[in-house]
Amino acid sequence: MAKTILEVKNLKKYFHTPKGMLHAVDDVNFTIEEGKTLGVVGESGCGKSTTGRAILRLHEPTSGEVIFNGENILTKNKDEMRLLRRQMQLIFQDPYASLDPRNTVSEIIGEPLKLQKIIPDKAKRLEKVYELMETVGLAERLVNTYPHELDGGRRQRIGIARALAMEPKFIVCDEPVSALDVSIQAQILNLMQDLQEQMGLTYMFITHDLSVVHHFADDIAVMYLGQLIEKAPSGMLFDKPTHPYTQALLSAIPVPSLNKKRERILLKGEITSPINPKPGCRFAARCPYATDRCRSEEPKLKEIEPNHFVACHLCD
Amino acid sequence: MAATKAAPKKRSQFEEVWRRLKKNKMAMIGLAIVVFLVLLAVFADFLFDYEQVVIKQNTAIRLQGPSAEHWFGTDEFGRDILARLVHGGRISLVVGVIAVAIALVLGGTLGAISGFFGGKVDMLISRAMDILLAVPSLLLSITIVSALGPSIINLMIAIAVSSVPGYARIVRSSVMTVRDNEFVEAAKAIGANDAQIIASHILPNCLAPIIVQVSLKVASAILSTSGLSFLGLGVKAPTPEWGSMLSGGRAYLRNAPHLTVFPGLCIMLTILSMNLLGDGLRDALDPKLKQ
Amino acid sequence: MAQKNPKDLILDIKDLVIHYETDDGTVEAVNGIDIQLEYGKTLGLVGETGSGKTTTALSVLRLVPDPPGVIKNGSIFLDGKDIMNLPQKELEAVRGHLASMIFQDPMTSLNPVFTVGDQISEVIALHENCSKAEADQKAGDMLEVVGIPRERFGEYPHQFSGGMKQRVVIAMALACNPKLLLADEPTTALDVTIQAQVLETMKGLREKYGSAMIMITHDLGIIAEVCDEVSVVYAGQIVEHGTLVDVFNHTRHPYTEGLFGSLPNIEIKRNRLSPIPGLMPDPTDLPKGCCFAPRCKYATPECEKARPGKKWLSDTHYVRCSRYDEPNFKIEREDQ
Repeated sequence: MAKTILEVKNLKKYFHTPKGMLHAVDDVNFTIEEGKTLGVVGESGCGKSTTGRAILRLHEPTSGEVIFNGENILTKNKDEMRLLRRQMQLIFQDPYASLDPRNTVSEIIGEPLKLQKIIPDKAKRLEKVYELMETVGLAERLVNTYPHELDGGRRQRIGIARALAMEPKFIVCDEPVSALDVSIQAQILNLMQDLQEQMGLTYMFITHDLSVVHHFADDIAVMYLGQLIEKAPSGMLFDKPTHPYTQALLSAIPVPSLNKKRERILLKGEITSPINPKPGCRFAARCPYATDRCRSEEPKLKEIEPNHFVACHLCD
Repeated sequence: MAATKAAPKKRSQFEEVWRRLKKNKMAMIGLAIVVFLVLLAVFADFLFDYEQVVIKQNTAIRLQGPSAEHWFGTDEFGRDILARLVHGGRISLVVGVIAVAIALVLGGTLGAISGFFGGKVDMLISRAMDILLAVPSLLLSITIVSALGPSIINLMIAIAVSSVPGYARIVRSSVMTVRDNEFVEAAKAIGANDAQIIASHILPNCLAPIIVQVSLKVASAILSTSGLSFLGLGVKAPTPEWGSMLSGGRAYLRNAPHLTVFPGLCIMLTILSMNLLGDGLRDALDPKLKQ
Repeated sequence: MAQKNPKDLILDIKDLVIHYETDDGTVEAVNGIDIQLEYGKTLGLVGETGSGKTTTALSVLRLVPDPPGVIKNGSIFLDGKDIMNLPQKELEAVRGHLASMIFQDPMTSLNPVFTVGDQISEVIALHENCSKAEADQKAGDMLEVVGIPRERFGEYPHQFSGGMKQRVVIAMALACNPKLLLADEPTTALDVTIQAQVLETMKGLREKYGSAMIMITHDLGIIAEVCDEVSVVYAGQIVEHGTLVDVFNHTRHPYTEGLFGSLPNIEIKRNRLSPIPGLMPDPTDLPKGCCFAPRCKYATPECEKARPGKKWLSDTHYVRCSRYDEPNFKIEREDQ
């Protein structure tokens, strides 16, 4: 049994807005085992990115615990946190916005090594930058170019190299391929897979694209309006989606093949607002099976079979 | 191994910026004029004797037009205007540049803090700036100089303080747009602290509007100096200074326009050259415009 | 090879070449595209960023920004009208009436200061010579058609969610019952479940009104769902064209094969994806020969010499790949 590297307990992140309290992440619990990939899927505004950032304390969580390697990181002070960042990194969605346009490739990749004083010597740092560039498949001649001179795929490789610079154990990948063209997307996914095997990395892979997580993740967690509504090993989730939302989500993916025509579950209505949510199941307004109980009582996450967790009254 | 890994033609930041600036003809013209004006000011004493030419009055030759002897003519006291302009450049340029520098440092810091942290800090700084803005800047300068006593240093401080809110606002708004970029979050994720983020990621990306503002403000600082000098709060009477020469020549505008035209041209040339240089620098500092 | 009867064609584009002439060089965006689309049919244009698919669609309404865009060559006939030589006034009558366009980003194609109802009714009033009241009436009908209650006529775009806004845009595009609908990535900005709703709406409307459609997308899944024919675009050329079955089940072009290999597919779990190596060629400096040759695993030195012409494999299916001149050439992807 692999060791648990990350455990998230009752994580909450609320934002104050003029209209009221926005429940971006509401009581989320999960664990990730070392060397595995947890895929977190959901639609825009479901809180998946906020969860990733709350775990890294880029957004300070409202309450809850984030236990990394047996320690609750939310109690760490600034200096301890700074050191912890060496082990927990982030890869961003937008390879255009996440790189400072005024820095060159070598400055970007070398920045963590310089800031954290891991390699203070400039020449040695450059050596390491070259090494990282090779790892992620960037040609040496690009070392002094600026991000805007490169295409999306190469920029994303820079972002990955920067995240790898401090040799982290755990990486939150926030939609790392959704801004890329399909052929480039596949290159980056393969690269990330290789890196995981070589370095024993643990990924939390956030995406809206179910076909990507199906390919990539060992376990999948589905989020809806700030809550985790279903979690299971990848194969199990795709074979036996249990939550009505997961079922609808799976059926909505356009499949690039003519051979199987699947039954599509069309949801009615739009996502309800996460600001001051009403009691009851948050999916009830769009759910084809909703009952009065769903509208009044919030379902809890339950294990319906080994490793398969669902938050839905229908499973009772 | 190490030998093959030498960086391909890596230039230092400065060389790179200079190389790009050189390509911009207008910026180079601007730079040439700025250098010329600075050199004139530096070597003013070698060109014209201060006691004998610049402040010594000779009413016999007052208000003469340009001639071979007095290239730019003479003023109402018979002093050589060219000589006074060259010496006046010392004060005007120094006051202009230093006042702007003080204002930039103060206003820039306040603006960066208020834009980056937001919330209550922003509220406090912005309201303080609003109060300063509500007072007409000349009135504010007058108040400050009166309180501190008239001297060139106090004059610079007064002009600087009255233009602080302008910088604070510009820097604040550009910091706010840059702050929300993902690369700032990326810097946080690798463990950079707030000061490092502001210094190495946010301010470099806010340069464009700041440079433009600086090149324009040098000119208005020179003009403010003249206003204050006119009120007797700045440079004392015989000392030459562009702004006061300009305002002093007003009375003779009809009969001896050269009294105002030449100081006016000097101020214009300074502003123009600073602007050209500023625009060029802004472009040269932006790697996105690299060719 | 099959030439379709020109009388049956809503859109007939022949050998279209469009360049963008900029200071940094000439971007060869479209390099000889042919499209023959029959009334009521849906054609999918698939390709990656910068392949020229949007430029092609814009040219149908003569909306290619000029400068820098220059139509170098080609003819475009829309419903029998010669678009290339139409005076400005008639072009304006064509836009929105005969053919209309749906853009990718619903947020930017609606004007934030007018109510959605007024925006739709303006289009109708402009093209149909009717009173304001009639136009408003019809605009309300259109909102209902796309599944938005008539009561929301007087609301502003910011009061709608992304999916709703895109439906408003669709209602606007369909308001004058166009014979051709050009949809440029209409669902890319939307979530999957919302995308499913919008696609369903579009399919329903197409059946109801019998419009032909060009669906521009990078998503082969969407193509499989809504199109009759597919053109795969690479570097401004159609490298493979055929019916859905031709392209999906009897794939022939190496680039199309590469696209399928790059896609994670939830039907088949593979251990690794097989991406296309390398990058899109720089459109200001396209290779002399086949533009895909530098990335193609089947490429021979011959491929780099000349641009391949159309090779018809059946009445409906062609590829641009010179390897098919060899009798026994086959790509690895098997027929499905």
